[in-house]
Amino acid sequence: MKNEVLMEVQDLSKHFTVETSLLGKPVSVLKAVDEVSFTIGKGEAFGLVGESGCGKTTLGKVLVNLYSPTNGKIFFEGKELTALNETQRRSYCKDIQMIFQDPYASLNSRMTIGDIIAEPIIINQLLPKKEVEERVIYLLNCVGLARHQRNRYPHEFSGGQRQRVGIARALAVEPKLIVCDEPVSALDVSIQAQVLNLLGDLKMEFGLTYLFIAHSLNVVKHISDRVGVMYLGKLVEIAPKRELYANPLHPYTQALLSAIPIINPEKKKERIILTGDVPSPINPPAGCHFSSRCFKAFEPCTLKSPVLKEISPNHWVSCHLF
Amino acid sequence: MLLEVKNLTTEFKLKRGTVKAVDDISFTIDKGEILAIVGESGSGKSVTSLSIMGLLQLPGRISSGEINFKSQPLNKMSQEELRKIRGNQISMIFQEPMTSLNPVSRIKTQIMENIMAHMKITKKQALARTIEMLDTVGIPSPAERANDYPHQMSGGMRQRVMTAMALSCDPELLIADEPTTALDVTIQAQILELLYKMREKFHMAVLLITHDLGVVSEAADRVIVMYCGKIVEEADVKSLFAKPLHPYTVGLLQSIPQIDDDSDDRLYMIKGMVPNPLRMPPGCPFSDRCDSCMERCTQEMPELQELDGHKVRCFLYDKVKEGELNAI
Repeated sequence: MKNEVLMEVQDLSKHFTVETSLLGKPVSVLKAVDEVSFTIGKGEAFGLVGESGCGKTTLGKVLVNLYSPTNGKIFFEGKELTALNETQRRSYCKDIQMIFQDPYASLNSRMTIGDIIAEPIIINQLLPKKEVEERVIYLLNCVGLARHQRNRYPHEFSGGQRQRVGIARALAVEPKLIVCDEPVSALDVSIQAQVLNLLGDLKMEFGLTYLFIAHSLNVVKHISDRVGVMYLGKLVEIAPKRELYANPLHPYTQALLSAIPIINPEKKKERIILTGDVPSPINPPAGCHFSSRCFKAFEPCTLKSPVLKEISPNHWVSCHLF
Repeated sequence: MLLEVKNLTTEFKLKRGTVKAVDDISFTIDKGEILAIVGESGSGKSVTSLSIMGLLQLPGRISSGEINFKSQPLNKMSQEELRKIRGNQISMIFQEPMTSLNPVSRIKTQIMENIMAHMKITKKQALARTIEMLDTVGIPSPAERANDYPHQMSGGMRQRVMTAMALSCDPELLIADEPTTALDVTIQAQILELLYKMREKFHMAVLLITHDLGVVSEAADRVIVMYCGKIVEEADVKSLFAKPLHPYTVGLLQSIPQIDDDSDDRLYMIKGMVPNPLRMPPGCPFSDRCDSCMERCTQEMPELQELDGHKVRCFLYDKVKEGELNAI
């Protein structure tokens, strides 16, 4: 099942112009996503981790067509989305949905949750009007909410329940791929487990594919099949999750993994403490973007940008050490 | 004993009723100790720290209890007297380094203000101390960065500046309210390392308030678990993680995905959610979410009892006697 590719991303870039000259020429450009390539198999959960500002959310938004890419190609079920015009592309939007990070900001506070979930069904004309309500009740049940709650407003719900509404809204149009952008990072630990389990159940039930974006490595490990690590707009390592967590190759991945506090006070681990902060993406270091903080940096790192190479089957890394 | 909190209750009187955000809690902190308070949102951990600092705002007020700092009753002091202790002997770092610094004033001005308010030194000496503190917390080229405004610094740097400000008068107690929550993991590791070093260097006690059990396990000596304003468990960090007793603590620990766990099993879930503070279930506040709930739990509130130095508030351990804990 995993051999069939659902989405393929080739050299995708998204640049934002920060400053323009008098004549409107861009002077300084922020490369939020910089020549990123990867594939997501059908029925797979692909995790994307990285620190704030690494471009993971921008990448997610490009894939759901909230931003248009500066460069590169996106293929969905073999069809090149980036070659389509806006109207043609809209018909694919239905297949790729998104769940947002902040359950407080992503629901319209003036609509009942029943209307919020029904809206995408009505816009896409998926069902005759009479059947919409029945479908909404079915979706509410799927995410663990009760049918009588459909007439309530978002402020009457807790963060975890709102996130369930966001999930039901994404499911309403029967998507094939869901981009989950930090779906549990705003939630308390006990609620986080409930939502993660729900996402796992729905994936099995509806045969969904996830692109799971998060900064918390243990959550990503739990839900994903394969994981990609981003740093300053670049993908630096991609591997199946067990391989990545057991045998991280890129120095950044190693530092990231060693920085996670472990829940066992008896076990003190060797920690790689990175010096300094993430550099500004407007003016990243020359060569490898990580070279300014890397504890293994050597000469070629500051001169040449490394490319993603397959070191062992399915384990890709972008580093001059390999 | 440096700080003693005795039967502290903090209430918020609202139109719809009175919420006991902190309900009859007692604990102590010794010199040089790191005590962590963990709990989810609404458990009362931040209100506890604000009560200690005398920073509660109406409608919140301390309705009963004592807070003694080196045998002086903090909750009976006037704001004037408190101001002499705050920022000097007790200081605090807040969760949001973005909003707790003044955006229109230079870093050095803000740190010097605190030093000059509490120490009798000249402006020049205060500036020298400011630069020294910025250097201690690991800010590169501190003399130049002291002239920066907060917006010129990253989140991790601002948290360092906050820490420098809090440590500038050699406090004996530092209250750190979610100091790393807004930061990335690699920066979090830097700040925790810094707190640890500062504790060694200045022998100060730290009250660490957090929701992250990973941070607790890394940094704390002793842990208090709070749920709905009550202390439900208290123990030293090793025995808490090796043998959690309260069903809430057990559930919390099991519901976190572990980084060294390779299985694809479903996560353990604590069912339901935190009750509405205005409609608390009678009896144990956790009873409606607890897997081991008994009839008694829904009627009476269990007492916090001590077993081999490990305190727990649960009827499951009612018949267990001192010294028998390891047999369970």
